[in-house]
Amino acid sequence: MSKRFTIPAILLTLILLFPFSLSAADHAEKEGELDVKEIIFEHLGDGYGWEVPFSHVYRIPLPVILRAEDGKWFCFSSGDLTEVQVVENEATGKISKHLVPVIKTIEKDGKKYDFMLRHEGKHKDKVVQLLPLDKAEAEAAAADIKANPDETEYADVNDVYYKEYKPLDISITKNVMALFIAAILVTAMVMGLVRYYARRGLRAPRKGMGFFEMLVGFVYYDTIKSTLGENTKRFAPYLLTCFFFILIMNLVGLIVIFPGGANLTGNIAVTLVLATMTFVVTNIFGTKHYWKEIFWPDVPLFLKCPLPIMQVIEIFGIFTKPAALCVRLFANMMGGHIIVITLTLLIFIFAAFGSAVAGGATVVSVLFSVFMLLLDVLVSFIQAYVFTLLSALFISMAVIKEHEHEEKKDAGNAELENKINRELNDEKGALEKLAASTDAHA
Amino acid sequence: MELFTPDFGLVFWMFVAFILLFLVLAKWGWPVIIKMMDQRASTIDQGVEDARQAKEQLDNARSEAQKYVAEAQARQAEMLREAAKMKTEIIEQAKTEAAEAARKEMDAAKASIEQARKEAELQFRNEVGKFSIDIAEKMVRSQMKSSDAQTELVNKLLDEIQKN
Repeated sequence: MSKRFTIPAILLTLILLFPFSLSAADHAEKEGELDVKEIIFEHLGDGYGWEVPFSHVYRIPLPVILRAEDGKWFCFSSGDLTEVQVVENEATGKISKHLVPVIKTIEKDGKKYDFMLRHEGKHKDKVVQLLPLDKAEAEAAAADIKANPDETEYADVNDVYYKEYKPLDISITKNVMALFIAAILVTAMVMGLVRYYARRGLRAPRKGMGFFEMLVGFVYYDTIKSTLGENTKRFAPYLLTCFFFILIMNLVGLIVIFPGGANLTGNIAVTLVLATMTFVVTNIFGTKHYWKEIFWPDVPLFLKCPLPIMQVIEIFGIFTKPAALCVRLFANMMGGHIIVITLTLLIFIFAAFGSAVAGGATVVSVLFSVFMLLLDVLVSFIQAYVFTLLSALFISMAVIKEHEHEEKKDAGNAELENKINRELNDEKGALEKLAASTDAHA
Repeated sequence: MELFTPDFGLVFWMFVAFILLFLVLAKWGWPVIIKMMDQRASTIDQGVEDARQAKEQLDNARSEAQKYVAEAQARQAEMLREAAKMKTEIIEQAKTEAAEAARKEMDAAKASIEQARKEAELQFRNEVGKFSIDIAEKMVRSQMKSSDAQTELVNKLLDEIQKN
């Protein structure tokens, strides 16, 4: 084996062995209980803290911002919501660490406010305000918790019952933080290129900057300009921002550890905002012609007059277009994440069948995960591109002008006429020449 | 499920982040980059066009130069031919001129010889005349020594006059 392949080979072996050791450790700890669905959704979901790489209990604290029941705003660290509990297993003598929620009590204006990160009930994985109950209510709460533990709005903290109030929550969660990081990365890239231009003028950038510029060129010239034509200058900043923000969010989401690991574009809130933006831009800049096409389209009269069939379809279409944008991006990215996590979880599922099977599963799973992650890199790019392209298309359909439409038709006809005339003239000329030459010969 | 129900906090921050990012990039980012890329593209196009034109001009200049060289060569050949012609002409002319001069010289010589001959002839005649007079004188003297002879002669002359 040549030297070039030695180091990658060693690294690959180490990577393949790593999950195996992890699986062994986890297996001993969890005693075979494996809630696959729970793990997948925990990885895909949001969180108030950000996991420290390779640690289950430690979190990078992030600010929690809440509006309590009486309209007061609170801001505190997410680290105050949980505590690391060290538990010693009496049978094996093994020490394990768990993360347990605790009540965060804040005194403001002589009043006590209790907040807690719920692990059960209706507001699972959300911070709620706890409102104390009197005795009769507490009994009802206990019954409710027992009756429907997944839907209850009551909390039982060490046999003290509370009513939960879901406050207005604009905490800087893991996803929000990742959002900011992605936005800063995009800004840094763009401003880096702008600064490069300021320093070097018209010289073409190299390496990373060159690649970034190539991407900008690809999106701008091949996607936006070819779709929007003369309206390019107006909408290019929006579409370029969309493309690079989505691309960076997608790619940052694929990085497993901090500052990545947040499933951003696989979260419907993010894609919803993006699609809403396109919806707003499309309809704000929609021309008279665009609205005419919706309310009085160019179809036979019976399709639109007594029963507004076409109008209903068109109005429906206004909303389905951005909805498709939203769901496409969300589903693609979430799907990719779920597949990778499931493949990784295969190791832990197969760990129950002994080390030989687990070892085999590890190799297969890691190879497949790497393949899927590489595929996801491609999907990240494609989805960002598709979102931008479709947004550009929707906008171009909204900003088209009627006379433009007809002019194009007219221009086409005129061109055809000209061509025919030219050809006729050519033929005439040729005939005349022929006649003249025969005359001359005669 | 949490994933399918948009969380207000995330929607809010996403909106804020996106709008901020858009405003910053739309103001200071994209227009500059696009302007620069357009400018560079047009500069490169211009450069290519310039290079093409320069090459064309160079080609033109080269063919022009070749034309000039050819022309110069033609002119040189022409000049050489003309010079040769002129040379022969000059030689020819010189020859005729020389012949003319020689002829003139010859004529002058002939004339002077004639003159000299005439002069010599005249002188000779004079001399001959003088000699003959002298001889005649001497003869007459010798013949007229006697008075008879002299009388006879006078008579004779008188006769001749009478006759006339």
